[in-house]
Amino acid sequence: MRPYVLQGHTRPLNQVLFNAEGDLLVTCGKDSNINLWWTDNGVRAGSFDGHNGVVWTCDITYDSKMLLSAAGDSSARLWSMETGEELFRYRFNEPARACKFSVGERQAAISTDPFMNSVSAIRVFNIAEDPRDMLQTGPDEVITLTGPRGRITRLHWVDNNRHLLSSSEDGMVRRWDVETGKVLQEAQLHDKQISDMQMSVDGTHFITASPDRTSKLVDTQSFEVLKEYKSAAPINSAAISPIFDHVLIGGGQDAAAVTTTAAKAGYFEARFFHKVFCEEFANARGHFSPINSVAFSPDGTSFVTGAEEGNVRLHHFDADYFTTNWDRV
Amino acid sequence: MGGPTAMLRPEEEKMFEGQPRGFPFGDFDLEDVMLPEGEDMGIPSDTDEDNQEEEISSESGFGNVLVVDNLPQVGPEKYEKLTAILTKILSGSGRIREGGLFHPVDEASKMSKGYAFVEYENVEQARAAQAALNGYQLDKAHKFAACLYDEFERLAKVPDAYEEPGERVFTPGENLLDWLTDKRGRDQFVLRYGDESEVCWNDAAKQQEESVYKRSFWTEAFVEWSPRGSMLATVHRQGVALWGGKSFERLQRVGHPNVQSLLFSPCEKYMLTFSEFPAGPQGRPHFLAIVWEIRTGKRLRTFDGPHEEYAVGAMARPDRGMRWPAFRWSGGGDAPVLLAHMKANAISVYQAPEMTMLDKRSIKMENVQDWEWSPAAPDATLAAYQAEQGNLPARVVIMKLPSREELRQKNLFSVAGITMTWHPQGDYLAVQVDKWTKTKKSTTTNFELFSLREKDCPIDMLELANKSEKIQQFAWEPRGSRFALLHGDGSRPTVSIYNMKDNKSSARGVTLLHTMTNKQCTSLHCLNRLHMPTLQGGHNGVVEFWDCEEMTLLSAGEHFMAQEVAWDPTGRYVATIVNAAAAMENGFQIWSFSGQPLYKTAHDRFFQLNWRPRPPSLLSEEKQKEIVKSLRKYSKRYEEEDEALLAQADTEFLAEREKQLSEWRNWLAAKKAAVEEREAFAREQLGNRVSAHEEFVIQQVEVSVVLDVKEEPAQKL
Repeated sequence: MRPYVLQGHTRPLNQVLFNAEGDLLVTCGKDSNINLWWTDNGVRAGSFDGHNGVVWTCDITYDSKMLLSAAGDSSARLWSMETGEELFRYRFNEPARACKFSVGERQAAISTDPFMNSVSAIRVFNIAEDPRDMLQTGPDEVITLTGPRGRITRLHWVDNNRHLLSSSEDGMVRRWDVETGKVLQEAQLHDKQISDMQMSVDGTHFITASPDRTSKLVDTQSFEVLKEYKSAAPINSAAISPIFDHVLIGGGQDAAAVTTTAAKAGYFEARFFHKVFCEEFANARGHFSPINSVAFSPDGTSFVTGAEEGNVRLHHFDADYFTTNWDRV
Repeated sequence: MGGPTAMLRPEEEKMFEGQPRGFPFGDFDLEDVMLPEGEDMGIPSDTDEDNQEEEISSESGFGNVLVVDNLPQVGPEKYEKLTAILTKILSGSGRIREGGLFHPVDEASKMSKGYAFVEYENVEQARAAQAALNGYQLDKAHKFAACLYDEFERLAKVPDAYEEPGERVFTPGENLLDWLTDKRGRDQFVLRYGDESEVCWNDAAKQQEESVYKRSFWTEAFVEWSPRGSMLATVHRQGVALWGGKSFERLQRVGHPNVQSLLFSPCEKYMLTFSEFPAGPQGRPHFLAIVWEIRTGKRLRTFDGPHEEYAVGAMARPDRGMRWPAFRWSGGGDAPVLLAHMKANAISVYQAPEMTMLDKRSIKMENVQDWEWSPAAPDATLAAYQAEQGNLPARVVIMKLPSREELRQKNLFSVAGITMTWHPQGDYLAVQVDKWTKTKKSTTTNFELFSLREKDCPIDMLELANKSEKIQQFAWEPRGSRFALLHGDGSRPTVSIYNMKDNKSSARGVTLLHTMTNKQCTSLHCLNRLHMPTLQGGHNGVVEFWDCEEMTLLSAGEHFMAQEVAWDPTGRYVATIVNAAAAMENGFQIWSFSGQPLYKTAHDRFFQLNWRPRPPSLLSEEKQKEIVKSLRKYSKRYEEEDEALLAQADTEFLAEREKQLSEWRNWLAAKKAAVEEREAFAREQLGNRVSAHEEFVIQQVEVSVVLDVKEEPAQKL
């Protein structure tokens, strides 16, 4: 089926994200906008206006009531998904990059970049039942996790909210103890930065994406690399299908080098790999610049890609995608 | 919040005292920066080097000391006189250090002991003296025995009894032609990418390469197959190493510091290594070329010297360097192996293995500009081009060696330049002649084609319709009488195919077979045996496969950015290559001879793909023709084999997939408990929200709203 091209950003996309039910899509980009779309028809439902700098990442609560965004304007904000109102603002001295609600959304982890004299940090906050209450009480910071250098690009809560996984610019994945603030485990997974890290539905494994032209499927428990997917160009984002043994990889020739090569050579397609065989079996063309973020809808029936050129392409799979025996192709 | 100084431990803070404020110490972990105790990371410090040098000089302090034996034994009355004579003789070959002559006297008998120690100023002088004085006849009874002190010590340790050396057991080496015994007749190629060098089978049936041998940092510059494929040469700063056999063991190595190029003789018996040094503070540009016998590693002859003598005519590069290869081996086979190079007004030919000049004199050729051996194995024939000189016309001469018989020569006038292309079998020689027009402002081109296999070596002349067109490429059909020309200006040249024989009567005479105009084509690559050149378009790496028998396009494919095309030695497959000169897309693609893309492999920083050459066929011409005739009979067998293999490969492939899948499922199953725990925790944390999400019910609600009620009289029917 022809994809919906969602044109709501004027600058490169940073993240595309479905809510838990899959009926809503949130996109954020370097133009400091956050847009909300209906996935059924690609109509824009609204936007979250207020950030003054590039919005790096977002997270949505399970009940789709609240949105958390981390931005380069040194703030992270909580929004009401229903009204688009800003509920609360975390102010930092450094740009905020990754953000993630804990399971149950009673806490949030927000990473800040190294800046001036500050080192990179992961800050964990308690969230009040009604976030507006925090306007009086101020943010309730539980702990700040610091130590290793380099920006922290993605965060995930694991092990029943006791631990945090972080992926960082130095190609490392780390497991932090949220109670003690110690690094429990770390693994050098990539030679270059890890630009994306997405968890599988059951939480047993996650996938990393790196400009070193590889994407890796990793055991959440042991950090053992289970599978590796190779591309001819840098990879910016990777997602795991919730229903099939498929992974989706997006990337492309470095944005700075794009004008020097033909569009065909840029590898701007979204690529589908078989998760177990590590073989590419399909790709979706359409973008004319590197794909920065990819995501599967939670029911696995659609996928979305957001690229450097500012376009978001929302694809719904055709019927034969669900009837094909992919392990026999 | 963790400020910069808060991160520092007290002892670290001490180290930063007095440093400018604001330096981001917090961003450095001191332990990362400091070297561990006693660890030099393999980098010797300057002081270490000093220590080593001192050690070297003190190690052999007696290097300049000579022991001279067999002196006359004399009493005290003659001692002074003998010492004076000795001093005179011994200082003839070098300067003796002050007090450097020790001529001992026996305490008891007061007679001199008959030997002396001499200390020279340096080791070289001592060596020279040893060579000069050993065997020096002082008088009838006394013949000097001179020996370096260091050696003396070694000789003194030689046991008196003769020990017969044990018989060395002959261990046969690996079969160097092992790769030819492959059951499926596959070919090998060597790849070089990143820091790796890898030899692979081209497994076209399975559409993949199969690694045979892989090694990191195998070579420091490039790798090269020997002409018959039995050895692989790797190039290092110290010299060249040769590898071969099934496990790629080292067969030979030769020392040539900073070697840059190498050249095997076609028979694989000899090798020439070459290095050149640009003009620098040491003086004029000069070079060093060494000829080796491969089997023994023996140095047969060294050529060295400044470039001027050798870099003449076409051999001179604009930057005063020497064009490679300036030395060239002749065909080989049963004929004597000859190495030749050109110098001013002559060509010098040397015969291996003695490496002495043929007939002890060079072949005189006034104003010789360029030359080339015929590639055919049995006859050592060379073609040379002598430029115009005064009233003498330019001349192309074909000469047979070692008889120096001139097979044919051709005089040419107002020549601007000449390019000679031998037919790969030595059947023909094409000479491209660029001539000045009368105004001397532009050139026209024609071809002189020599047919060497015919009586008296007749010459045909070929002129293109447009004489002033630029010739981009000339390519012979490897076995046959056809050739292809790529000519024209700009990016859309013309391709013309000619035959040296008339097709029907097979009488001699150049005939134009076909012309294709306006082809966006950069190079032609003729395929072995089958009559089929390939065209490669420069734009975007389009590769076209043409059948020249019918002049039909077999197939066209694309290998984006492809720069090189390489046929395998059997002409069954062709590789297109994107090497590291391109920033991306590095790797190679293999095609079948008919242009079917088979497989593509990507390697970052891809430098080289070289097919392993095959030795010449052992079958006679007649036998080969017979095989070609009954090809159908043979091909049936091979097709069956291929099919069986594919079927086997398929089952293997499926089994491998099945294995991977079951491994994955088992892995997931092992995680079941963790998944359940995680789900339970999520349920607990999300409370009623999760149930609200999962236990929803779809209700169809019909809502009818009365918008308006209007009363209208119904029309009577």
